[in-house]
Amino acid sequence: MMNNDPAIVIRDLRVVRGDTDVLPGLSVDIPRGQVVGLLGPSGGGKTTLMRAVVGVQRIAGGSVEVFGLPAGSASLRPRIGYVTQAPSVYADLSVRDNVAYFGALVGADAEAVRRAIGEVDLAPVADRRVATLSGGQRSRVSLAAALVGRPELLVLDEPTVGLDPVLRRDLWALFHRLAASGTSLLVSSHVMDEATRCDRLLLMRQGALLADTTPADLLASTGAADAEGAFLHLIDSASGASR
Amino acid sequence: MNLRLTLLTAGRVLRQIRGDHRTVGLLLVVPCVLIGLLAWMFDGTPFFGRIGPALLGVFPFVVMFVVTSVATLRERTSGTLERLLAGPLGKADLMVGYALAFGLMAVVQAVIATSFAIVVCDLDVAGPVWLLLLIAVLDAILGTALGLLASAFAQTEFQAVQFMPGFILPQFLLCGLIVARDQLPTALSAISDVLPLSYAVDAMSAVATQADPLPDAGLDLLVIAAWIAAALLLGSLTLRRRTP
Repeated sequence: MMNNDPAIVIRDLRVVRGDTDVLPGLSVDIPRGQVVGLLGPSGGGKTTLMRAVVGVQRIAGGSVEVFGLPAGSASLRPRIGYVTQAPSVYADLSVRDNVAYFGALVGADAEAVRRAIGEVDLAPVADRRVATLSGGQRSRVSLAAALVGRPELLVLDEPTVGLDPVLRRDLWALFHRLAASGTSLLVSSHVMDEATRCDRLLLMRQGALLADTTPADLLASTGAADAEGAFLHLIDSASGASR
Repeated sequence: MNLRLTLLTAGRVLRQIRGDHRTVGLLLVVPCVLIGLLAWMFDGTPFFGRIGPALLGVFPFVVMFVVTSVATLRERTSGTLERLLAGPLGKADLMVGYALAFGLMAVVQAVIATSFAIVVCDLDVAGPVWLLLLIAVLDAILGTALGLLASAFAQTEFQAVQFMPGFILPQFLLCGLIVARDQLPTALSAISDVLPLSYAVDAMSAVATQADPLPDAGLDLLVIAAWIAAALLLGSLTLRRRTP
């Protein structure tokens, strides 16, 4: 039976860094089995929100639950794959050794390692040291290291930055295949044209949620021609309302 | 602590070292070169017999301290530490994994350096050679444990390398190699009674000079083991799953 409870439930999440409220009090539900895009300008709190979901962010208030458990619970950790913005893999190991190590930690076998490397299109360079790869290739090694364990929730911080259009298309297709098989994905981007590739959209700016919608509804409700126009429209009306 | 995750991590660290041939070479050759140099300097005098064994305990300690503090700092700055701690790996798994990997490197280093000292440089050892090796390996693990701890206080590799003189040189000066510990000014003598390297050097000297060094060296080894446990414990407290 399909579980229709949200994958992530966030209530009044508050994160303070220094003397600024990075997230002043954010509440949102993120559904299961969908590709949910987290969009907005850099510095808007996207990474902080993702870190809170993964359970590595110190929070000042509110709650974050993933699959009904408090974020960061020991039993959740093997079920979540997290890809940071900067590729976090070992530069002095080969692609295969990296993916195999992170995979083995969550019980993935050699076949899963081969599959994950193939999914990010790195099979031809699987035995090369990560230090010798390009920036885009390194970020894909980082992605493969998260995919290998087939986690139930994938939290991906800007996974398609610096990739060519063909590869970006292929990765988004992969994200949708994973979602179709039941994986929940939270994917951030600051490139607005990626918004239309998501099932659902969260637009963030200055730590607040501007919209929680679908790409079609976003365009319809704002009357904009594209996601970028819709986003600007939302910002303008939000700052107009606060004035 | 999870044994499987610990061993996986130790294996990964060894694979990283193995890929770096120059580091492996330096780890294994530099102690032999230094011991050879000392033997040559003190050729025909009894000094080498006195400080040679002590240095066999100091080298693995210093080398592993530096290697570990830099390796762990890289783990912190590259984001892999955050990634690991977001996953199922426990802090103790990581710390002990590192200690195991570098401990194994230390076994190889100690075997080569000790063999070189005894066979090539004619170092006389009154006690059993296996005890010399055991002390060297414990010294290396001590260096690893203190390196893990020190890396928590460094934000850059430059700072990490500075901890070498900061952490190690005072211990080296007070460990009894330069001035016998009971001839130090009272305050310094008391300090040297607390520092772990003093016990490493005492243990090595006992093995070098006594046919049955176990009663003396055994006590020193216990103190070193306590320091290892304390440093690993403190080091794991500095690993934070949640950061600001």
